[in-house]
Amino acid sequence: MVDLNTYLVIGALLFSLGIFGVITRRNGVAVLMGVELILNAANVNFVAFARFGGMDLSGHIFSLFVIILAAAEAAVALAIILNIYNNMGTINIDEADQLKQ
Amino acid sequence: MVNYGIAILLLPLMAFVVQIFIGKRLPRNGDWVSVSAVALTLCLSLAMFGVMLVKYDPEFSVDETWTWFDLGSLQVQIGILIDNVTVVMLLVVSLVSTLVHVYSTAYMEGDLRYSRYFAFLSLFTFSMNGIVLANNLLGIYIFWELVGLSSYLLIGHWFEKDSASDAAKKAFLVNRVGDIGMFIGIMLFFTATGSFLFRDVFAGVESGLLSTEILTVAGLCLFAGAIGKSAQFPLHVWLPDAMEGPTPVSALIHAATMVAAGVYLSFRLFPIFTPTALTVIAYIGGFTAIFAAIIAVTQNDIKKVLAYSTVSQLGYMILAVGVGAYTYGLFHLVTHAAFKAGLFLCSGSVIHAMHYAYHELHDHESDPQDMRNMGGMRDKMKTTFLTMLICTVALSGVPFTSGFLSKDAILAGTLSFTLHHPEHFLLVLFGFGAALLTAFYMFRLIFMTFYGEPVRREVYDNIHESPSAMTAPLVTLATLSFFLFFTLPYFNPFSDHGWFTVLIDSRDSVVPGHLNLTAHEIAEGMHHAHTPAMLLSILIAFSGIGLAVFMYLQKRISADHIAAKLSLPYKLSLNKFFVDETYQRYLINPSLILARMIAFFDWEIYDKYIVNGFGKVTEWFSRVVGIRWDYDILDQQIVDGVGRTTGFFSARLRLIQTGKVQNYLVWVLAGVIMIYVFQAI
Amino acid sequence: MSGQLIIFWIVTLVTVLSAATVVFSKNLIYSAVALLFTLLGVAGLYVFLWADFIAVTQILIYVGGILVLIIFGIMLTHRITSVRLSHSSMQRGIGGAIVLMIFVGLTSMIFRAPWYRVAAVEPQETVRQIGRLLMVDYLLPFEVASVLLLAALMGAALLSRKVN
Repeated sequence: MVDLNTYLVIGALLFSLGIFGVITRRNGVAVLMGVELILNAANVNFVAFARFGGMDLSGHIFSLFVIILAAAEAAVALAIILNIYNNMGTINIDEADQLKQ
Repeated sequence: MVNYGIAILLLPLMAFVVQIFIGKRLPRNGDWVSVSAVALTLCLSLAMFGVMLVKYDPEFSVDETWTWFDLGSLQVQIGILIDNVTVVMLLVVSLVSTLVHVYSTAYMEGDLRYSRYFAFLSLFTFSMNGIVLANNLLGIYIFWELVGLSSYLLIGHWFEKDSASDAAKKAFLVNRVGDIGMFIGIMLFFTATGSFLFRDVFAGVESGLLSTEILTVAGLCLFAGAIGKSAQFPLHVWLPDAMEGPTPVSALIHAATMVAAGVYLSFRLFPIFTPTALTVIAYIGGFTAIFAAIIAVTQNDIKKVLAYSTVSQLGYMILAVGVGAYTYGLFHLVTHAAFKAGLFLCSGSVIHAMHYAYHELHDHESDPQDMRNMGGMRDKMKTTFLTMLICTVALSGVPFTSGFLSKDAILAGTLSFTLHHPEHFLLVLFGFGAALLTAFYMFRLIFMTFYGEPVRREVYDNIHESPSAMTAPLVTLATLSFFLFFTLPYFNPFSDHGWFTVLIDSRDSVVPGHLNLTAHEIAEGMHHAHTPAMLLSILIAFSGIGLAVFMYLQKRISADHIAAKLSLPYKLSLNKFFVDETYQRYLINPSLILARMIAFFDWEIYDKYIVNGFGKVTEWFSRVVGIRWDYDILDQQIVDGVGRTTGFFSARLRLIQTGKVQNYLVWVLAGVIMIYVFQAI
Repeated sequence: MSGQLIIFWIVTLVTVLSAATVVFSKNLIYSAVALLFTLLGVAGLYVFLWADFIAVTQILIYVGGILVLIIFGIMLTHRITSVRLSHSSMQRGIGGAIVLMIFVGLTSMIFRAPWYRVAAVEPQETVRQIGRLLMVDYLLPFEVASVLLLAALMGAALLSRKVN
């Protein structure tokens, strides 16, 4: 039977994979992909709660906003990555370790 | 009355405060502040005096007491006592003080520290009034030290002169000797009776709280203060030196008032002196009287003569206290205050004139105070001469003067005492001998100063009479030297019976056991001794004057010839019996040697070996502690160890800070997991 | 097992597997393509959750917008000529452990939590209601979101511009 828990576990799986990507990927664009996975996991949860948890259409609205934010974030993040690339000649973020200093 | 007393006390103090702080900025350097304040006290004193005469009550007394501080079991009370004695003393102090203030405006004109001088003069007046008004030993002691302080400041007024500052120090230190005794005495009485108030102390003595021996010692200790302040032998040495101060100061402090404070104290405390103490007092007074008189005979400095004369007269007063005629001691104090202040102011006038004359001649070498440089000045300074003559006559004890009355009474008292106690015949000899010498040396002074040929004609030509601000006080004081002011409402010039003897009543001694003669017995004895003493004193006064006339006016007998014949006594007298030298040799020099030895010990042994040794040990110890322990162990091991440990761990922990965002994220997540785990548990 | 359920599990499987490919693939282009399938799978899950409008939006924005952006990013930052777009990973061990713990924690929580459940009815259409909600209840967030998008647009343009 497909109920709330199934969707939540799918969300958890997507979330964990997203986290893994964010942590382990060297490439900035790949990290961004991980972030997208995390956001999608959250969206799945929102919509699942809307369907089973009485959140109703508010859950839809929230996921809508998340999508909007994801679009904005992707645009900005890619701009940043481009900048890093222009400045450093690489987008491997483990080489962008100026935070150390 | 109490309000008057407080006003009299505080007015000069206010003048002092004003003068010392803003005196220089006031017009005329603010002398009018002091003069008017003191004149106001004179008005108040006169008012009180008038009230006293109207009441005419020998028993009149107002005693107002306040608790000063309260320490549980210890309660210290101070207050004001106003009786006839206080009123008379206040009048004397404020009158002489006012005259001296007025006189000083002329005498001190153009002085560098004019306003300061007046400030201190007012301070002195305040303190002296305080002594007179106090109803307790502590108050007297406080003001006693304050007069000592103002005396010190005024003697040292011209402190640029070494002799003046030395004299000030000497006066202060010599007085200290007496004051220590006085303080011990006060504390003895306080310990025994638990109070400083006269009435409590008297009551305590009367009820026998102190044994006779202790009472004798305590009384003599208190009297030591009087010895110092009233310049009695052996502490008389400061007074002649104190003449280094301005002459008006000498007149006010060192002739009329402050030096009389000792007499006043003895007078107040007379009832608690034991017979033994009184005998000692009588001998000290009598001996001082003759001793100072002998010295005065050969002095050439006009102020020195007067200074020794003052010491001698104070000796008279003390003698009067000692023989029980203590009201006459006070009587002599009052009369003496007038004519001796007059004499000093006259001498000031002479010195002023001499100084001016020398100044005109640009002579800064000659001593304007040396009588050998004077002579024939009576034509040039008529007022000064006449007033000084009157005062001299009064001091010599010639009839129709106040001095005759008081000196005669003291001599009568001495005679009566000797009749009761024939073994003390020396006192009579002292008294009459001093009277003879007084008449002699005073007229010697007059003749040397005002008669004869002037020593230097050009000086003589420059002598002028002093301004009226100086002569007016002279006239006032000379007028007060006549008998009339003291015998009213009677007019008998040969009896001291008058308002003073009625209002200033003798008191019986409160010493238990009836060891002393009662007041009545003393009065009785004096009454019998009065006529012979009077005749004898007149005779003696005139023989002294006659001798002076022979030797210094008519020059029938050469003074040098006698001096040559009596070379030993002459030398003794001229050198003041070598008292100063004796002190120098046997007291001061040994003290200095002792001080030097102690200083040697201090510097050479204590400092060098103990203090420095201690320093060396400390240094060695601190080196051990500092280098071995502090540096090697503490610093190197513990302090640096902490640093090294920190460095060690931070070097490891630093590796976490990779600067890689993802690395940080791992740690963040680890933290999240830990929080989750803790929550789950 | 109904056909609907079979389709659901297929969609789920595609979603999760392609998500794993996104994370584990060594080729960046493969990752991007796998991401496309993940996003499509998620859109399918939305359909199963009665969220038709969200599903459409997901495809439009994610697949049509964001994914294109990402591919642009890859293209712009790597030399096209390079044969293999280097795409290595780091700290896999510790990352894996942490992720595993997170997943276990989340799953245990999911199964233990007493979820609030209501029996919902399938809406006829959601677009009208969402539109009403956006214009009435969530007007302010909606407007703020539009401002945010504008700001992101300008910020991205500014950031990627060549500094001269």
